[in-house]
Amino acid sequence: MNYKLWEDNWLKSMKLNKNSSTILGIVSLLLILIANSYLIHFLKLDFFTDFPVDISRHLEKKIDGSIEWTVVNYGWFFDYISDNLKYLLGKMRNFLVWVPWPITMIAIFLLAWKIASYKVGIMCVIGLMLLAIVNLWEPTMVTVAIMIVAVLISIILGIPLGVLGSKNQIADTIMRPILDAMQTMPSFVYLVPGIMLFGLGNVAAILATVLYAIPPCIRLTNLGIRQVDESVVEAGKSFGSNNLQLLLKIQIPMAIPTIMAGINQTVMMALAMSTIAAMVGAGGLGTEVLRAMGQLREGEAVIAGFAIVILAIIIDRISQGYIDKKTL
Amino acid sequence: MKDIHIEVKNLWKIFGKNPNQVFKESNINRSKSEIQSELNLITALRDVSFSVEKGETFVVMGLSGSGKSTLVRCLTRLIDPTSGNILIDDDDITQFNENSLREFRRSKIAMVFQQFGLLPHRNVIDNVSFGLEIRGLQKDSRYAIAEEMLDLVGLTGWGESKVDELSGGMQQRVGIARALAVNPEIMLMDEPFSGLDPLIRRQMRRELTSLQQEIHKTMVFITHDLDEAVSVGDKIAIMRDGEIIQLGTPLEIISNPADDSVAEFTEGISRSRLDELQAVGG
Repeated sequence: MNYKLWEDNWLKSMKLNKNSSTILGIVSLLLILIANSYLIHFLKLDFFTDFPVDISRHLEKKIDGSIEWTVVNYGWFFDYISDNLKYLLGKMRNFLVWVPWPITMIAIFLLAWKIASYKVGIMCVIGLMLLAIVNLWEPTMVTVAIMIVAVLISIILGIPLGVLGSKNQIADTIMRPILDAMQTMPSFVYLVPGIMLFGLGNVAAILATVLYAIPPCIRLTNLGIRQVDESVVEAGKSFGSNNLQLLLKIQIPMAIPTIMAGINQTVMMALAMSTIAAMVGAGGLGTEVLRAMGQLREGEAVIAGFAIVILAIIIDRISQGYIDKKTL
Repeated sequence: MKDIHIEVKNLWKIFGKNPNQVFKESNINRSKSEIQSELNLITALRDVSFSVEKGETFVVMGLSGSGKSTLVRCLTRLIDPTSGNILIDDDDITQFNENSLREFRRSKIAMVFQQFGLLPHRNVIDNVSFGLEIRGLQKDSRYAIAEEMLDLVGLTGWGESKVDELSGGMQQRVGIARALAVNPEIMLMDEPFSGLDPLIRRQMRRELTSLQQEIHKTMVFITHDLDEAVSVGDKIAIMRDGEIIQLGTPLEIISNPADDSVAEFTEGISRSRLDELQAVGG
């Protein structure tokens, strides 16, 4: 009884001074810890300054071994992917570089006019002019080629995965945390698996770009299909649609605005990653920035940096224009 | 002896986990609210039985939550009943597998929805021909039928319009045309006019009655409005808490309500309407 009474009183007094006492407690604890750090350095206690265990060597060897094993045993698979991607990217890049600049500009103008507005078209042409007069036409086309290939792969894989996630609860439960993790990882980390499996070069760059850019495509396809008005789906079922008809005639067409928003994000993320991928030896605008910075030529680096910004604006305006038109 | 088209026998629908525990001897006589509070199950339909003759308009009437929407969805298995049988042309549709169910939905039955359920990304004619498209009809033949249906519901020339440019009443005409286009034997109407303005509602009701005299479909019509039930129905079933509490012709229900709650419904019906019905019935 006595104890209970004491406890109640104690809790009451704690509640009254809760804030001030916790702050005081944390501050004094920190002071004690800092004092201890000084003490450890003063006494030269090596055990506490360097961590006593280091398994990094061991772990690295294991990983090296397993990658080697994968490459030796499934090398044909990665070679197959690598060869085809190289071929596809090569064709795309050669084509974009081969097309004379006025033709490209007219094509972009018409494209922007058709899917956004003539104002966006004019803006795009001005942007391309700026890219051309600073002699960055070719690297721009290389970056665009990497981006186009990566976006195509992202869409081809992402939309079916999104559909799967919207239809199958188990698939959704598995995919959701993976996508969460993918979207919280810093973009740098994506370069690692590419180099591991394909070595330095464009193929690693494309893999990194696809991995980085695919989550919004999957997510928004999934979301778009889940958001389709239940009464319309019910009407579709009541007329005897099978699952494929339901998907192709009702759910996907009605989810198009959401799916397009996902593709827009995928495109923008692919652009960001295809410039960072210069780190693993992809060509293009990112490489220009990287090289100029390495050689301490600030002017060149700034110009190439601005070129990336201009390219991003052009691409964003066109794809955003498409979404606005669709949803209005 | 008239032709029985739809026969529903002892239909139950219980939502929740392990619905079959309701059928235990200790639970079967419990009320809806007892089952809900003690077993955490919702009884949407409770031992519902009725039959509909060929060409008849059968109205199911009740307040929201009375189970009428669940009932109409069971008739095309958009919701699977927990127990009971539904015989349509002597086939028990509760026993259908996926293929025969799809075939049944494509050929025999069509539904009109309260929220229209139209496809906003398609124009009117593609909406009307949707059911035919699902059946695999070629474009020319399905457009020909769809045009005919648009004429029938008074939307001649609106085929190319976008669905969302149409008013609510016109959208529901598209919904009706879409259902008629597949030439179903049975039409299910789930509160088709409840979302419309009162004036339009009355007009659509009249049009439906005259249309029905042309097409003679077997119709199951859901409504919460007794006035509507009386004007379109050959027979009316009144539902409460998942049960049918009265079933009869409009005249029977108005002149002889089964209990106070039904009487409350019928109070609103004007005296002149009753005389009108009596004149027709007598």
